Amino acid sequence: MQFEVGSALSIGSILLTVIVVAAMLIWVERRLLSLWQERLGPNRVGPFGLLQVVADMIKIFTKEDWVPPFADKLSFVLAPTVIMIVILLSFSVVPFAPGVGVIDSNIGVLFVLAMASLGAYSVMLGGLSSDNKYALLGSLRAAAQMVSYEVFMGISILGVVALAGSFNLREIVLAQADGSWFVIPQFIGFVIFLIAGVAESHRLPFDIPEAEQEIVAGYHTEYSGMKFGMFFVGEYLGLVLISSLITVLFFGGWMGPFLPPIVWFAIKASMFIAFFILLRAAIPRPRYDQLMTYGWLVLLPLSLVNLMVTGAIILSTQ
Amino acid sequence: MIRLLKDTFTSQVKTLWQVFMHAFVKADTVEYPETPPYMFPRWRGRIILSRDPDGEERCVACNLCACACPVDCIALQKAETEDGRWYPEFFRINFSRCIMCGFCEEACPTNAIQLTPDFEMAEYVRQDMVWEKEDLLINGTGKYHDYNFYRVAGMAIKGKDKGAAQHEAPPVNVKSLLP
Repeated sequence: MQFEVGSALSIGSILLTVIVVAAMLIWVERRLLSLWQERLGPNRVGPFGLLQVVADMIKIFTKEDWVPPFADKLSFVLAPTVIMIVILLSFSVVPFAPGVGVIDSNIGVLFVLAMASLGAYSVMLGGLSSDNKYALLGSLRAAAQMVSYEVFMGISILGVVALAGSFNLREIVLAQADGSWFVIPQFIGFVIFLIAGVAESHRLPFDIPEAEQEIVAGYHTEYSGMKFGMFFVGEYLGLVLISSLITVLFFGGWMGPFLPPIVWFAIKASMFIAFFILLRAAIPRPRYDQLMTYGWLVLLPLSLVNLMVTGAIILSTQ
Repeated sequence: MIRLLKDTFTSQVKTLWQVFMHAFVKADTVEYPETPPYMFPRWRGRIILSRDPDGEERCVACNLCACACPVDCIALQKAETEDGRWYPEFFRINFSRCIMCGFCEEACPTNAIQLTPDFEMAEYVRQDMVWEKEDLLINGTGKYHDYNFYRVAGMAIKGKDKGAAQHEAPPVNVKSLLP
């Protein structure tokens, strides 16, 4: 057995790594937040508090897994699995290093966008089937937010696709092989993708669907036990996915001197994960209408202008 | 739109930078059981009963602390020694009720009941939260080292008559008409 794209070893190790990293992010996020808030954070369970995740897991597995009698059973149970499956499927097209990946799809970018759209079903189903007013409000917000931010999330990547001439994520990385990362010609696209990525994975400051100060916990108000845990880990999986995508699309993926490719990928992706946590620590949550206004009136025109200018330059230099 | 973009850079990016710089600031919190926090001398914590400089109990069982207590956690019973001093026969504080307000300390005329900076009073059994006089009484004078109630009070006890206290004028003979 050896590492090659699509081998069982490759698939297994990617699946394991991604899930373990997403679970460990619970600890990483708490430590980093406490660092920026001048606290100490969880440091008791195991060295540096690393086993905090294990303790959290034991807690969440032994909690009562309660389905409310008024909920719609089937979709209530299905909803949390959707977000996990959808995001894990998105990882299948991400090229981690040469020879490490699940598939080399020639529609990789489109596949990721499609999966992100399906992720909206998870929060919608979860909120609607809970039969709870806060869950309903949360899922309404989530649906509107995710649908509107998907539009220019897609448009913002198109500049990169045009420059690389391919929808294949692996070829997009190879197009940056000479060290000219796409973040330089596509800086506006990068910023828009970053903001849309935060909104897409409904992380703070765009966690309006689950704004705990306003609507309890939003769409997962009624969830408990491992069903809640899947929403929770799904959110962190989304964070890892967005960070990996930014690395692949704008920062040259595994490219880098001296160190092995997979290490470069991990370094770049973890920088963005840390940045997302910094966003959470620093920026307050906007109001719902502010989020929508910002999306439709600022980011959408900006991404369209960015796309048109990129296209014009490519055409004029050919 | 231009204004929004400008605000993004003057406000949001600046915020991000400032919060990031907090990574290089020492944490404000301490790891409690290993590093005890600094307790201020006037902290209102565990309640004690102090003794006067002669080593006698200061408490005169006047019940003012029990009356002042807003949660009624103090119970005591007066008794009297042969030489005329009052003392509490029992003195009981139920710390599961006590809210550490310090009213008892303010009400006490003899500086007997005092609050200390100790706060580690957790117990596994609720009944252990009820402290009796022998638990509360300490062997020192607490915060007030020289105060001795019976030396300055006008009350007559054995060995000290009316007018014999410190800074006390002898009693006026009301039956005499002389100025």
